[in-house]
Amino acid sequence: MTYEFDFSVLLPFWREFATGVWLTLQLSALATVLGFVLGTLCAIGRADGSPAVKWAVATYVEVIRNTPLLVQIFLVYFGIATLGVHVSANMAAVIALVVNVGAYTCEIVRAGLESVHKAQLEAADCLGLSRVQTYWHVVLRPAVERVYPALTSQYVLLMLASSITSQISAEELTAVANRIQSDTFRSFETYIVVGVLYLLLSFVVRAAFWGFGMVVFVRRRKLGTAL
Amino acid sequence: MPGFSFTHLEFLAWAALWTVGLSVIAFVGGGLLGFVVALARVSASRSLRIAAIVYIQLVQGTPLLILLFLIYFGVAIAGFDAVPAIIAAGAGLTVYSSGFLAEIWRGCIQSVPKTQWEAAECLALTRWQRMTRVVLPQALRLATAPTVGFLVQIVKNTSLASVVGFIELSQAGKLINNSIFEPFTIFIVVAVFYFALCFPLSTWSRSLERKLNVSRR
Repeated sequence: MTYEFDFSVLLPFWREFATGVWLTLQLSALATVLGFVLGTLCAIGRADGSPAVKWAVATYVEVIRNTPLLVQIFLVYFGIATLGVHVSANMAAVIALVVNVGAYTCEIVRAGLESVHKAQLEAADCLGLSRVQTYWHVVLRPAVERVYPALTSQYVLLMLASSITSQISAEELTAVANRIQSDTFRSFETYIVVGVLYLLLSFVVRAAFWGFGMVVFVRRRKLGTAL
Repeated sequence: MPGFSFTHLEFLAWAALWTVGLSVIAFVGGGLLGFVVALARVSASRSLRIAAIVYIQLVQGTPLLILLFLIYFGVAIAGFDAVPAIIAAGAGLTVYSSGFLAEIWRGCIQSVPKTQWEAAECLALTRWQRMTRVVLPQALRLATAPTVGFLVQIVKNTSLASVVGFIELSQAGKLINNSIFEPFTIFIVVAVFYFALCFPLSTWSRSLERKLNVSRR
Protein backbone atom coordinates (compact mmCIF):
# COMPACT_ATOMS: atom_id res chain seq x y z
CA MET A 1 0.00 0.00 0.00
CA THR A 2 1.72 3.14 -1.20
CA TYR A 3 -1.10 5.62 -0.79
CA GLU A 4 -0.02 8.93 0.68
CA PHE A 5 -2.59 10.72 2.74
CA ASP A 6 -2.91 14.38 1.99
CA PHE A 7 -5.36 16.37 4.04
CA SER A 8 -3.79 19.72 3.17
CA VAL A 9 -5.66 20.01 -0.14
CA LEU A 10 -8.88 20.09 1.88
CA LEU A 11 -7.84 23.10 3.97
CA PRO A 12 -8.95 25.75 1.44
CA PHE A 13 -12.41 24.21 1.55
CA TRP A 14 -12.99 24.81 5.26
CA ARG A 15 -15.60 27.43 4.55
CA GLU A 16 -17.62 24.96 2.47
CA PHE A 17 -17.40 22.32 5.21
CA ALA A 18 -18.59 24.88 7.74
CA THR A 19 -21.55 25.83 5.55
CA GLY A 20 -22.41 22.14 5.21
CA VAL A 21 -22.31 21.62 8.98
CA TRP A 22 -24.49 24.67 9.50
CA LEU A 23 -27.07 23.51 6.96
CA THR A 24 -27.12 19.99 8.43
CA LEU A 25 -27.79 21.54 11.84
CA GLN A 26 -30.54 23.77 10.44
CA LEU A 27 -32.21 20.90 8.56
CA SER A 28 -32.14 18.63 11.62
CA ALA A 29 -33.28 21.32 14.04
CA LEU A 30 -36.24 22.26 11.85
CA ALA A 31 -37.15 18.62 11.24
CA THR A 32 -36.83 17.83 14.95
CA VAL A 33 -39.14 20.63 16.09
CA LEU A 34 -41.78 20.11 13.40
CA GLY A 35 -41.48 16.32 13.64
CA PHE A 36 -41.99 16.47 17.39
CA VAL A 37 -45.16 18.54 16.99
CA LEU A 38 -46.50 16.26 14.25
CA GLY A 39 -45.59 13.11 16.14
CA THR A 40 -47.13 14.30 19.41
CA LEU A 41 -50.38 15.31 17.68
CA CYS A 42 -50.46 11.87 16.02
CA ALA A 43 -49.84 10.14 19.34
CA ILE A 44 -52.73 12.07 20.93
CA GLY A 45 -54.92 11.19 17.96
CA ARG A 46 -53.94 7.57 18.25
CA ALA A 47 -54.78 7.50 21.95
CA ASP A 48 -57.96 9.60 22.11
CA GLY A 49 -59.16 10.18 18.56
CA SER A 50 -62.16 8.78 16.72
CA PRO A 51 -61.77 5.32 15.13
CA ALA A 52 -61.11 6.93 11.74
CA VAL A 53 -58.32 9.10 13.17
CA LYS A 54 -56.82 6.13 14.98
CA TRP A 55 -56.81 4.09 11.79
CA ALA A 56 -55.30 6.93 9.76
CA VAL A 57 -52.49 7.47 12.27
CA ALA A 58 -51.76 3.75 12.54
CA THR A 59 -51.53 3.47 8.75
CA TYR A 60 -49.26 6.50 8.51
CA VAL A 61 -46.92 5.13 11.17
CA GLU A 62 -46.75 1.65 9.64
CA VAL A 63 -46.15 2.92 6.11
CA ILE A 64 -43.36 5.25 7.18
CA ARG A 65 -41.68 2.78 9.51
CA ASN A 66 -41.61 0.02 6.89
CA THR A 67 -40.19 1.94 3.93
CA PRO A 68 -36.69 3.43 3.56
CA LEU A 69 -36.10 7.14 4.10
CA LEU A 70 -34.38 7.31 0.72
CA VAL A 71 -37.55 6.24 -1.08
CA GLN A 72 -39.63 8.62 1.04
CA ILE A 73 -37.33 11.47 0.06
CA PHE A 74 -37.67 10.64 -3.64
CA LEU A 75 -41.45 10.39 -3.30
CA VAL A 76 -41.74 13.76 -1.57
CA TYR A 77 -39.33 15.44 -3.98
CA PHE A 78 -40.89 14.08 -7.16
CA GLY A 79 -44.40 13.93 -5.72
CA ILE A 80 -44.49 17.66 -5.01
CA ALA A 81 -43.11 18.34 -8.48
CA THR A 82 -45.88 16.18 -9.97
CA LEU A 83 -48.43 18.40 -8.24
CA GLY A 84 -46.94 21.29 -10.21
CA VAL A 85 -45.55 23.13 -7.18
CA HIS A 86 -41.89 24.03 -7.28
CA VAL A 87 -39.98 23.61 -4.04
CA SER A 88 -36.23 23.73 -3.46
CA ALA A 89 -34.34 20.55 -2.67
CA ASN A 90 -33.76 21.82 0.88
CA MET A 91 -37.48 22.38 1.39
CA ALA A 92 -38.31 18.91 0.07
CA ALA A 93 -35.64 17.47 2.36
CA VAL A 94 -37.18 19.13 5.43
CA ILE A 95 -40.68 17.92 4.49
CA ALA A 96 -39.47 14.34 3.98
CA LEU A 97 -37.53 14.34 7.26
CA VAL A 98 -40.50 15.75 9.17
CA VAL A 99 -42.88 13.15 7.74
CA ASN A 100 -40.35 10.43 8.55
CA VAL A 101 -39.46 11.44 12.09
CA GLY A 102 -43.07 12.28 12.91
CA ALA A 103 -43.98 8.60 12.64
CA TYR A 104 -41.16 7.50 14.96
CA THR A 105 -41.96 10.28 17.43
CA CYS A 106 -45.59 9.17 17.43
CA GLU A 107 -44.64 5.65 18.50
CA ILE A 108 -42.28 6.87 21.22
CA VAL A 109 -44.68 9.46 22.66
CA ARG A 110 -47.52 6.91 22.53
CA ALA A 111 -45.49 4.64 24.77
CA GLY A 112 -45.09 7.59 27.15
CA LEU A 113 -48.81 8.37 27.12
CA GLU A 114 -49.64 4.74 27.87
CA SER A 115 -47.30 4.79 30.85
CA VAL A 116 -49.38 7.45 32.64
CA HIS A 117 -51.29 5.68 35.38
CA LYS A 118 -55.08 5.83 35.43
CA ALA A 119 -55.08 6.89 39.06
CA GLN A 120 -53.25 10.06 38.01
CA LEU A 121 -56.17 11.00 35.77
CA GLU A 122 -58.64 10.30 38.55
CA ALA A 123 -56.58 12.42 40.93
CA ALA A 124 -56.56 15.26 38.39
CA ASP A 125 -60.32 14.90 38.08
CA CYS A 126 -60.74 15.08 41.86
CA LEU A 127 -58.62 18.22 41.97
CA GLY A 128 -61.00 19.81 39.51
CA LEU A 129 -58.53 20.29 36.69
CA SER A 130 -60.08 21.01 33.31
CA ARG A 131 -59.53 18.60 30.42
CA VAL A 132 -56.88 20.79 28.88
CA GLN A 133 -55.11 21.26 32.20
CA THR A 134 -55.19 17.53 32.85
CA TYR A 135 -53.79 16.81 29.43
CA TRP A 136 -51.01 19.33 29.71
CA HIS A 137 -49.88 18.90 33.34
CA VAL A 138 -50.77 15.29 34.13
CA VAL A 139 -50.52 13.42 30.84
CA LEU A 140 -48.35 15.12 28.25
CA ARG A 141 -45.48 16.58 30.24
CA PRO A 142 -44.73 13.54 32.38
CA ALA A 143 -45.14 11.32 29.31
CA VAL A 144 -42.61 13.30 27.30
CA GLU A 145 -40.26 13.50 30.26
CA ARG A 146 -40.33 9.74 30.61
CA VAL A 147 -39.54 9.03 26.95
CA TYR A 148 -37.09 11.92 26.58
CA PRO A 149 -33.98 9.68 26.33
CA ALA A 150 -35.60 7.64 23.55
CA LEU A 151 -36.60 10.82 21.74
CA THR A 152 -33.03 12.12 22.03
CA SER A 153 -31.61 8.98 20.39
CA GLN A 154 -34.19 9.21 17.65
CA TYR A 155 -33.30 12.83 16.89
CA VAL A 156 -29.57 12.08 16.84
CA LEU A 157 -30.32 9.34 14.31
CA LEU A 158 -32.38 11.89 12.38
CA MET A 159 -29.40 14.24 12.23
CA LEU A 160 -27.24 11.42 10.85
CA ALA A 161 -30.00 10.35 8.45
CA SER A 162 -30.23 13.88 7.08
CA SER A 163 -27.09 12.90 5.13
CA ILE A 164 -29.39 10.90 2.84
CA THR A 165 -31.00 14.11 1.60
CA SER A 166 -27.76 14.69 -0.32
CA GLN A 167 -29.30 12.26 -2.83
CA ILE A 168 -31.71 14.98 -3.99
CA SER A 169 -28.81 17.45 -3.70
CA ALA A 170 -29.95 19.33 -0.63
CA GLU A 171 -26.76 21.27 0.13
CA GLU A 172 -25.94 19.75 3.53
CA LEU A 173 -22.67 18.29 4.77
CA THR A 174 -22.65 15.07 2.72
CA ALA A 175 -23.55 16.87 -0.49
CA VAL A 176 -20.72 19.32 0.20
CA ALA A 177 -18.37 16.35 0.67
CA ASN A 178 -19.52 14.79 -2.59
CA ARG A 179 -18.71 18.01 -4.42
CA ILE A 180 -15.35 18.57 -2.75
CA GLN A 181 -14.17 15.01 -3.39
CA SER A 182 -15.00 15.32 -7.08
CA ASP A 183 -13.06 18.62 -7.19
CA THR A 184 -9.97 17.37 -5.35
CA PHE A 185 -9.96 13.61 -6.12
CA ARG A 186 -9.16 13.12 -2.45
CA SER A 187 -12.25 11.01 -1.75
CA PHE A 188 -10.98 9.04 1.22
CA GLU A 189 -9.62 12.07 3.07
CA THR A 190 -12.79 14.05 2.39
CA TYR A 191 -15.04 11.38 3.84
CA ILE A 192 -12.78 10.91 6.85
CA VAL A 193 -13.06 14.62 7.59
CA VAL A 194 -16.83 14.51 7.13
CA GLY A 195 -17.11 11.37 9.25
CA VAL A 196 -15.28 13.13 12.08
CA LEU A 197 -17.51 16.18 11.65
CA TYR A 198 -20.62 13.99 11.97
CA LEU A 199 -19.18 12.36 15.08
CA LEU A 200 -18.61 15.79 16.63
CA LEU A 201 -22.10 16.86 15.56
CA SER A 202 -23.67 13.84 17.23
CA PHE A 203 -21.85 14.65 20.48
CA VAL A 204 -22.91 18.29 20.26
CA VAL A 205 -26.54 17.37 19.53
CA ARG A 206 -26.58 14.89 22.42
CA ALA A 207 -25.14 17.51 24.78
CA ALA A 208 -27.66 20.08 23.56
CA PHE A 209 -30.54 17.69 24.25
CA TRP A 210 -29.17 16.95 27.70
CA GLY A 211 -28.93 20.66 28.48
CA PHE A 212 -32.40 21.33 27.07
CA GLY A 213 -33.80 18.50 29.21
CA MET A 214 -32.21 20.04 32.30
CA VAL A 215 -33.85 23.40 31.57
CA VAL A 216 -37.30 22.04 30.69
CA PHE A 217 -37.77 19.23 33.18
CA VAL A 218 -37.50 21.17 36.42
CA ARG A 219 -38.41 18.23 38.63
CA ARG A 220 -35.62 16.10 37.22
CA ARG A 221 -33.09 18.91 37.65
CA LYS A 222 -34.04 19.55 41.26
CA LEU A 223 -34.39 15.94 42.41
CA GLY A 224 -31.92 14.37 40.02
CA THR A 225 -34.05 11.25 39.60
CA ALA A 226 -35.84 9.80 36.64
CA LEU A 227 -39.60 9.96 36.68
CA MET B 1 -42.97 7.20 -24.76
CA PRO B 2 -43.50 3.80 -23.17
CA GLY B 3 -44.85 3.90 -19.64
CA PHE B 4 -44.34 1.68 -16.66
CA SER B 5 -44.77 -1.88 -17.90
CA PHE B 6 -44.63 -5.48 -16.77
CA THR B 7 -40.96 -5.69 -17.80
CA HIS B 8 -40.13 -2.96 -15.32
CA LEU B 9 -42.04 -4.77 -12.61
CA GLU B 10 -40.08 -7.92 -13.35
CA PHE B 11 -36.81 -5.97 -13.13
CA LEU B 12 -37.87 -4.56 -9.76
CA ALA B 13 -38.77 -8.03 -8.52
CA TRP B 14 -35.26 -9.24 -9.41
CA ALA B 15 -33.78 -6.23 -7.67
CA ALA B 16 -35.87 -7.06 -4.61
CA LEU B 17 -34.12 -10.41 -4.47
CA TRP B 18 -30.79 -8.56 -4.37
CA THR B 19 -32.12 -6.42 -1.55
CA VAL B 20 -32.97 -9.60 0.35
CA GLY B 21 -29.55 -11.10 -0.42
CA LEU B 22 -27.72 -8.00 0.74
CA SER B 23 -29.83 -7.91 3.92
CA VAL B 24 -28.89 -11.53 4.64
CA ILE B 25 -25.18 -10.75 4.15
CA ALA B 26 -25.46 -7.70 6.41
CA PHE B 27 -27.36 -9.62 9.08
CA VAL B 28 -25.08 -12.67 9.13
CA GLY B 29 -21.86 -10.64 8.95
CA GLY B 30 -23.12 -7.96 11.31
CA GLY B 31 -24.46 -10.62 13.67
CA LEU B 32 -21.14 -12.44 13.92
CA LEU B 33 -19.10 -9.27 14.35
CA GLY B 34 -21.71 -7.71 16.62
CA PHE B 35 -21.75 -10.77 18.86
CA VAL B 36 -17.99 -10.54 19.36
CA VAL B 37 -18.25 -6.83 20.11
CA ALA B 38 -21.13 -7.42 22.54
CA LEU B 39 -19.06 -10.01 24.41
CA ALA B 40 -16.10 -7.62 24.47
CA ARG B 41 -18.42 -4.91 25.78
CA VAL B 42 -19.34 -7.00 28.86
CA SER B 43 -15.94 -8.67 29.30
CA ALA B 44 -13.92 -8.48 32.50
CA SER B 45 -11.00 -6.82 30.74
CA ARG B 46 -11.16 -3.03 30.91
CA SER B 47 -9.28 -2.43 27.68
CA LEU B 48 -11.57 -4.78 25.74
CA ARG B 49 -14.60 -2.97 27.14
CA ILE B 50 -13.21 0.42 26.17
CA ALA B 51 -12.32 -0.79 22.67
CA ALA B 52 -15.88 -2.08 22.22
CA ILE B 53 -17.37 1.19 23.48
CA VAL B 54 -15.22 3.22 21.09
CA TYR B 55 -16.17 0.96 18.18
CA ILE B 56 -19.89 1.24 18.95
CA GLN B 57 -19.69 5.01 19.38
CA LEU B 58 -17.80 5.40 16.10
CA VAL B 59 -20.29 3.30 14.13
CA GLN B 60 -23.37 4.83 15.72
CA GLY B 61 -22.03 8.37 15.46
CA THR B 62 -21.39 8.44 11.70
CA PRO B 63 -24.06 8.15 9.01
CA LEU B 64 -24.21 4.87 7.11
CA LEU B 65 -23.81 6.83 3.89
CA ILE B 66 -20.38 8.11 5.01
CA LEU B 67 -19.43 4.62 6.21
CA LEU B 68 -20.23 3.22 2.77
CA PHE B 69 -18.21 5.91 1.00
CA LEU B 70 -15.27 5.35 3.34
CA ILE B 71 -15.21 1.62 2.69
CA TYR B 72 -15.76 2.04 -1.03
CA PHE B 73 -12.87 4.47 -1.45
CA GLY B 74 -10.79 2.90 1.32
CA VAL B 75 -10.69 -0.48 -0.41
CA ALA B 76 -9.70 1.20 -3.66
CA ILE B 77 -6.84 2.94 -1.87
CA ALA B 78 -5.71 -0.34 -0.29
CA GLY B 79 -4.78 -1.42 -3.79
CA PHE B 80 -7.75 -3.45 -4.96
CA ASP B 81 -8.96 -2.09 -8.27
CA ALA B 82 -12.59 -2.29 -9.23
CA VAL B 83 -14.14 -3.52 -6.00
CA PRO B 84 -17.32 -5.45 -6.75
CA ALA B 85 -20.21 -3.34 -5.49
CA ILE B 86 -21.59 -6.21 -3.46
CA ILE B 87 -18.36 -6.44 -1.42
CA ALA B 88 -18.30 -2.74 -0.66
CA ALA B 89 -22.00 -2.62 0.15
CA GLY B 90 -21.88 -5.87 2.14
CA ALA B 91 -18.87 -4.70 4.18
CA GLY B 92 -20.41 -1.29 4.89
CA LEU B 93 -23.71 -2.74 6.02
CA THR B 94 -21.93 -5.41 8.07
CA VAL B 95 -20.00 -2.80 10.02
CA TYR B 96 -23.13 -0.70 10.44
CA SER B 97 -25.31 -3.56 11.74
CA SER B 98 -22.55 -4.92 13.99
CA GLY B 99 -22.40 -1.58 15.83
CA PHE B 100 -26.11 -1.54 16.52
CA LEU B 101 -26.58 -5.28 17.16
CA ALA B 102 -23.69 -5.22 19.65
CA GLU B 103 -25.42 -2.52 21.66
CA ILE B 104 -28.81 -4.30 21.52
CA TRP B 105 -27.30 -7.59 22.63
CA ARG B 106 -25.21 -5.99 25.34
CA GLY B 107 -28.47 -4.71 26.83
CA CYS B 108 -29.96 -8.21 26.68
CA ILE B 109 -26.91 -9.84 28.27
CA GLN B 110 -26.80 -7.27 31.05
CA SER B 111 -30.50 -7.56 31.77
CA VAL B 112 -30.10 -11.20 32.79
CA PRO B 113 -30.52 -10.82 36.58
CA LYS B 114 -27.28 -10.51 38.50
CA THR B 115 -28.31 -13.37 40.81
CA GLN B 116 -28.09 -15.73 37.84
CA TRP B 117 -24.43 -14.74 37.28
CA GLU B 118 -23.72 -15.18 40.98
CA ALA B 119 -25.49 -18.54 41.16
CA ALA B 120 -23.43 -19.78 38.22
CA GLU B 121 -20.29 -18.67 39.99
CA CYS B 122 -21.35 -20.41 43.20
CA LEU B 123 -21.81 -23.63 41.24
CA ALA B 124 -18.16 -23.35 40.23
CA LEU B 125 -18.92 -23.00 36.55
CA THR B 126 -16.07 -21.59 34.50
CA ARG B 127 -16.50 -18.19 32.84
CA TRP B 128 -17.14 -19.91 29.52
CA GLN B 129 -19.72 -22.29 31.00
CA ARG B 130 -21.42 -19.44 32.82
CA MET B 131 -21.76 -17.52 29.55
CA THR B 132 -22.89 -20.39 27.32
CA ARG B 133 -25.03 -22.37 29.78
CA VAL B 134 -26.57 -19.72 32.00
CA VAL B 135 -26.45 -16.18 30.65
CA LEU B 136 -26.69 -16.47 26.86
CA PRO B 137 -29.71 -18.82 26.74
CA GLN B 138 -31.66 -16.37 28.89
CA ALA B 139 -30.36 -13.35 26.98
CA LEU B 140 -31.41 -15.01 23.72
CA ARG B 141 -35.04 -14.98 24.79
CA LEU B 142 -34.86 -11.27 25.46
CA ALA B 143 -32.94 -10.60 22.27
CA THR B 144 -35.22 -12.13 19.64
CA ALA B 145 -37.81 -9.34 19.48
CA PRO B 146 -35.41 -6.37 19.17
CA THR B 147 -33.20 -8.33 16.76
CA VAL B 148 -36.07 -9.02 14.41
CA GLY B 149 -37.01 -5.36 14.78
CA PHE B 150 -33.51 -4.37 13.74
CA LEU B 151 -33.79 -6.62 10.66
CA VAL B 152 -36.34 -4.09 9.39
CA GLN B 153 -33.71 -1.36 9.76
CA ILE B 154 -31.21 -3.47 7.82
CA VAL B 155 -33.62 -4.10 4.94
CA LYS B 156 -34.45 -0.39 4.76
CA ASN B 157 -30.82 0.66 4.94
CA THR B 158 -29.78 -1.58 2.05
CA SER B 159 -31.41 1.17 -0.04
CA LEU B 160 -28.26 3.23 0.58
CA ALA B 161 -26.12 0.60 -1.14
CA SER B 162 -27.24 2.27 -4.35
CA VAL B 163 -24.61 4.98 -3.76
CA VAL B 164 -21.78 2.53 -4.38
CA GLY B 165 -23.48 1.27 -7.52
CA PHE B 166 -25.08 -1.87 -6.15
CA ILE B 167 -28.27 -2.63 -8.06
CA GLU B 168 -30.95 -3.31 -5.47
CA LEU B 169 -34.53 -2.02 -5.30
CA SER B 170 -33.79 1.70 -5.01
CA GLN B 171 -31.06 1.69 -7.62
CA ALA B 172 -33.33 -0.32 -9.95
CA GLY B 173 -35.99 2.31 -9.38
CA LYS B 174 -33.53 5.06 -10.29
CA LEU B 175 -32.44 3.17 -13.43
CA ILE B 176 -36.02 2.71 -14.62
CA ASN B 177 -36.70 6.35 -13.84
CA ASN B 178 -33.76 7.37 -16.04
CA SER B 179 -35.34 5.61 -18.99
CA ILE B 180 -39.04 6.46 -18.66
CA PHE B 181 -39.09 9.35 -16.16
CA GLU B 182 -42.21 8.57 -14.20
CA PRO B 183 -40.64 9.00 -10.77
CA PHE B 184 -43.81 9.07 -8.72
CA THR B 185 -45.25 5.80 -10.09
CA ILE B 186 -41.91 4.02 -9.95
CA PHE B 187 -41.03 4.96 -6.40
CA ILE B 188 -44.54 4.13 -5.17
CA VAL B 189 -44.01 0.63 -6.59
CA VAL B 190 -40.54 0.49 -5.01
CA ALA B 191 -42.02 1.57 -1.68
CA VAL B 192 -44.67 -1.16 -1.95
CA PHE B 193 -41.91 -3.73 -2.46
CA TYR B 194 -40.06 -2.52 0.65
CA PHE B 195 -43.28 -2.49 2.63
CA ALA B 196 -44.00 -6.08 1.60
CA LEU B 197 -40.55 -7.08 2.85
CA CYS B 198 -40.59 -5.10 6.10
CA PHE B 199 -44.15 -5.25 7.33
CA PRO B 200 -44.17 -9.01 8.08
CA LEU B 201 -40.91 -8.57 10.01
CA SER B 202 -42.33 -5.68 12.05
CA THR B 203 -45.45 -7.67 12.84
CA TRP B 204 -43.38 -10.68 13.81
CA SER B 205 -41.18 -8.59 16.08
CA ARG B 206 -44.22 -7.11 17.79
CA SER B 207 -45.83 -10.50 18.40
CA LEU B 208 -42.56 -11.82 19.84
CA GLU B 209 -42.48 -8.85 22.17
CA ARG B 210 -46.04 -9.49 23.29
CA LYS B 211 -45.31 -13.16 24.00
CA LEU B 212 -42.26 -12.25 26.04
CA ASN B 213 -44.27 -9.81 28.13
CA VAL B 214 -46.96 -12.40 28.82
CA SER B 215 -44.44 -14.95 30.06
CA ARG B 216 -42.91 -12.36 32.35
CA ARG B 217 -46.17 -11.26 33.90
